[in-house]
This record gives sequence, structure tokens and C-alpha cells, in this order.
Amino acid sequence: MSNDKDLRVLLGHGGGGKMSSRLVKNTILPRLNRGKLSLLPDSIVLDGLGDRIAYTTDSYTVSPIFFPGGNIGSLAIHGTCNDLACSGARPTFVSVGLILEEGLAITELDQILEEMSKAADEAGVEVVTGDTKVVPKGSADKIFINTSGIGRIDHELNLGPDAIEVGDEIIVSGPVGNHGMAIMLSRAEFSFDFDIQSDSASIWPIVEQLLELGPHLKFLRDPTRGGLAATLNEIAAGSSVEVQIDETSVPIDEQVKAASEILGIDPLVAANEGKLVAVVGKGMAQKALDLMSRRQISSNAKMIGTITSDLATRVIINTRIGGSRILAEPSGELLPRIC
Amino acid sequence: MNIDNQAIAAKKLVQEIRDISSSASAPMKFMEVCGTHTMAIHETGLKSLLSPAVTLVSGPGCPVCVTEKQFIDHAVLIGKKFDACLVTFGDLIRVPGSFGSLAQFRSEGGSVRVVYSPMDCIEISKKESSKPVVFLGVGFETTSPTIAATLRMALSENLANFFVLPAFKTIHPALNILAPKPDLSGFLLPGHVSAIIGSDSYQYLADKYNKPGVVAGFEALDILIAVRDLVKLASRKEAKILNDYKRVVRNSGNVAAQNLINEVFEPCDTQWRGLGIIPGSGLTFREPYQGFNAATKLVVDVPPAKDDPRCRCANIITGSLQPDKCGLFGKECTPEDPVGPCMVSSEGTCAAYYKYGTVK
Repeated sequence: MSNDKDLRVLLGHGGGGKMSSRLVKNTILPRLNRGKLSLLPDSIVLDGLGDRIAYTTDSYTVSPIFFPGGNIGSLAIHGTCNDLACSGARPTFVSVGLILEEGLAITELDQILEEMSKAADEAGVEVVTGDTKVVPKGSADKIFINTSGIGRIDHELNLGPDAIEVGDEIIVSGPVGNHGMAIMLSRAEFSFDFDIQSDSASIWPIVEQLLELGPHLKFLRDPTRGGLAATLNEIAAGSSVEVQIDETSVPIDEQVKAASEILGIDPLVAANEGKLVAVVGKGMAQKALDLMSRRQISSNAKMIGTITSDLATRVIINTRIGGSRILAEPSGELLPRIC
Repeated sequence: MNIDNQAIAAKKLVQEIRDISSSASAPMKFMEVCGTHTMAIHETGLKSLLSPAVTLVSGPGCPVCVTEKQFIDHAVLIGKKFDACLVTFGDLIRVPGSFGSLAQFRSEGGSVRVVYSPMDCIEISKKESSKPVVFLGVGFETTSPTIAATLRMALSENLANFFVLPAFKTIHPALNILAPKPDLSGFLLPGHVSAIIGSDSYQYLADKYNKPGVVAGFEALDILIAVRDLVKLASRKEAKILNDYKRVVRNSGNVAAQNLINEVFEPCDTQWRGLGIIPGSGLTFREPYQGFNAATKLVVDVPPAKDDPRCRCANIITGSLQPDKCGLFGKECTPEDPVGPCMVSSEGTCAAYYKYGTVK
């Protein structure tokens, strides 16, 4: 591993020759290899996955690549593991594809890989195959990462919008909006003094608890891009139901609230990377909350609403002053306001 | 105030508003002048609580919405011709111009930076010393003092590559045009703008046009209290200006900020979307600040811009049309693909209607 600050990723590192193999052996493998990666096979044979697996892929292009609470590396592990967890699958194996921009400092790459390896160890997944490409300066923004993941499913439940019925209860695993707000604040344009960390984390420990509910567990989703508002609208549209939530029951950190007022961004549309929205059967919310309270990551979980009707497809938010309005699906780029 | 008390207080106010308005002789229509009020009214679900006898319509207080399409064209043309770095508040970047938005210009390689404070322009101008840095000067009296302060600093530091493209607006000339409308029973007056210009400055609404006005804050209860007071005044046919936002707004305003505006700027005629040219409603540079005027120092030929004739933004910012009555609303015109600025600005009336639909 090189710690020389001046070393940078060069086009030659992607050429497939000695430079490539040095980058892989000296920089990447020391961080990510837990056994299976060391042989660098063209593909990996995996055993012991059982009858049902979940399989997913996602690409990560976050800017800036380092942010409070993580970096693009940890995000690339958490995001893919969380997509698996939402199918009720235990994240088991991941692949890592790195697209590096010529000129990226090797020390930065190493920091990213370090966070990535920590995140993988904590999430209980092994990186088993990978790929590295280098593109000319200007063709990418420092680093893009693709991760695919395989998760084992050890139960018979079918989690999905079809299972959702009127009366079902909706839970969120903790305060929302932290990741999106942390990213917005760490963009160079803004210089505000907030201490908001990304919530980037593996949510499998929460899902593992909730699986104890059996068929009372209906639906799981991680409210990433578009935040809670997008996820609730997805539930309404996917199941053709009316969702009602209470504004005052949605947990939001004070700092996030304050930043959202200054930036003019609703925390309900800001991304999360370590939160879970669960739909559980009628009367099951308390049991779900008890199960979730066993894990630190979901110790502030709250029931936020219910499925109220199957005659309309919409999300209604009952406001703090007793009014109500539609909570619309968020749209487009998040922009700060003008005054 | 905790959440439960807030809900109880809101309920009481809503009941008061219903009681007074139901015994009044005619329905009442109030204009909220400020875009931030528009958003708060929708965000809090306040509209769902008001009785049919009380209507709130939005006015021309969203700076992006009253800015002419030609201004976007002007900025883009300066960016292109002088390879300038355009610096702007975020809301403006998606407003469609004749040759695309500032966001499109950026995606084509143009330099467009989003800032929160115009003061950031000083740093940017020093860093980008080889090219002109042009701040897009859009906004009301809340924004103009900080831009004036920026200009004062730019002058003292002799910044030769910093410019401002002015499209500033002042609120009184626009209110003078709207106040005579017979269907308006009164005005919910802006909070932030009033913090600068003071609540006393609206006295003419009462004296000349016989209309009440109440300065309001932005919390749900602030707005409900102000609406309650407006309903009271209108039902008694009492034309008075009240300041219900005393914790922020002084009756005389912020004199230092007013002086700063007057030191750097002087009134000029300016074009408003929907209202046309209003005499004395804009701000231009006084000597010795005229050298910062991008319009006269970075000269480009700006062809007249054509608005989509079906876009009703002009009617919407004068309160004569509700957004959902526009044929484009939610169909061809959405926040992702806006036709007019009222849909793209985060304080735009159409955006508020779209984002925070009322439950019927």
C-alpha cells in the first residue's frame, strides 16, 4: 500500500499490464481481500446460498466523494446491502467495480477502500469479485463505483406491495433526511456550520429483527433518493392505496430541521442511507417497535401512519396544526431557495 | 410551544376565522404578497382549514416568478459572449429562457455557480480573476441590502472583474397597482421584506385604497393570527395596517439596511412578468457603483423573448387565476419540465399547488 501523497491514478493503471496489477495488488487487495478475492479469478464460484437468493446492483456517483459520516466507498457497500435487506435477504457477497478518473490521488482511493472494507465487515458481506477501469481526466468525477450483491433468503415470506392492506401500519426506523442534508451541506457552494452526519449504515440488523413478525411483515423499503416522501408514494402507487401519516410523528433531528429551513429543502424528500420504512399488519406496530428497539440503529423508530383506504392512490400528511395536504412525489434536482 | 398546544391554538384561531367570516356580508379574498407565505400556507395544510368564505390568493412576491424570461436570456448571452462565470441563487437556474435554462447552459459547458450569499462573489471573483464574474441580481428588499453590501466591498477592494446584472424589484409600486382591485379585501404583508422596509411603509394601502394589511411571520400560527386579524378588520370595514410580526419587524424597519440600499441604488423603471413596466419599481446603480453594472459594461444584444401564450403565470402572480385552472398545470407544466417560472421557483404559486396539493 502506498502512502505517498503525490501518487495518482494514471491511465496506465487501467491498461491491464504491470501497472494495473500493481494497483490491484498494492492498493485494492490489502483493503478488500478476505480470501476469495486473492486468486483474482475471472469469475467466482459461490456455494452454500440455499434455494432462494436476492440479487441486486447499484452504481454510486455521489459528489462530494467524502462527506461527514462516510464516503463513496462505504455508501457503495451500504446501498447495495440495503437493497438486498429490503427483500428480506441477508447480504452475503458483493462485487465491486471501480471506475477511476485519471489523476485521482492514490491516498484518496485508499481512504475510500478503507471505509469500504470496514463497511463490508460490519455488514457481514465479503467482496468476492471486482474490476477496475481508469478513464481520462474529465470523463468521470474522481471515482464511480458499481456494486452488485447477493443475499440469502432463509424464510418463505413474500415481501411486496401486494401484501399491503387497509389498516396496515407504517414505521420508520429513525430520524429522516440526514444523508441528503449532509451531502447538500458538504457541497462547496455552502458554508454553514451544521454538524449533520450521513446516516449511511447497513439496515440488515433491523430487518433481521422484523422477520420475527412472520407474515405480519408486509413490505420493506430503504428511503434513499426522494426520501420518505418518495417511498410513501411508492407504497401508495404500488398497492393502489391511500397512505396517511402524521407530520408530528415523523422523527427528524433538530439540526436537520434547522438546515432544511435554511436550505429550503423538506427533510421528507431528503435521502437516507441507513433507514428503513416497514409496513406491518394492523395492530403490529408496537411489537415491531419492540423488536427494533433491540438494535441501536433503530432505537428511535416510530410509527408514522397507516394505510387508510383502497379507494384512492395518494399520500396525505396531517399537519401540525390539524390541517391536511397531499405529500407529493418529489421531483428533480434539489435546489436551495432564493431568499 | 409544544406540538399539542400548537394544534389547540390553531383550532381556536380557525374557529374564530370561521365565526367572523360566516357572519360577514360577503366572502373575503386576501392576497399573500410573499412567496414564502405561499409555501408556508400550503405546507402547513392551512388552506384545508379555512372556510369557503375566506380565500387566500398569491401575489407577486416570488422574485423568480416576476422576473422576465428575457433576463435569463440576457444572462446566458453574457455568459457566452464574455466567457463569464454566472453566479446566482439556486431558484433561478431551472427557469426556462428562450435558449434554455441556466442549468442547460451549465450542462453545455457554461460556468454557473449557485451561492447562498452574494458575498461569496468576492471570493469567486478573486479566484476567477481572468474572467468576468456576474451575479444575477434578482430579489426584493430582503436581498438588495446584501447585494449593496457586496458592491460596497467590491468597490473598496477595487474588484475589476465583478459585475451585477440588475433585475431588482421593490414591493410598493406593485402593491399600488394591485391594491385598487375591488375583489381584494386586504393584504397579508410579507415578513422578511417588512423587516427591511417597516410596517409603517404600507400606510398608503389604508389611506389611499381603504384596504387593511397585516404583517405576518411564517409559522403556521403567525399566519393564522394574521388571517384572523385581516378577517376582523375586513368584516368591520376597517382599513388599518397591523404588525403581527413584532419579534422581527419594526414599524420603522431596518434603517441601516434602507440607507445601504439608498447609498448604492436608485429607483428605476423595470419590467415585471404579468404586470408590465412599473415606473420606479426597480433598482439601478448610483455613482460610483455604475461600473459594476453588467448590463452596461458587458453589452450584448438581447432579442425580445416570447412567452408561451398558453402560460398563465402573468395571471397567477396577480392573483386573478388559481394555478389548477391553468390548462398546462400538472400536464405540460410540472416542476420537472416547467413552462413558466411559477412552477419552477420553490416559492412559486404553481409549485406550491403542485407540491402541496390540498385534500378535497
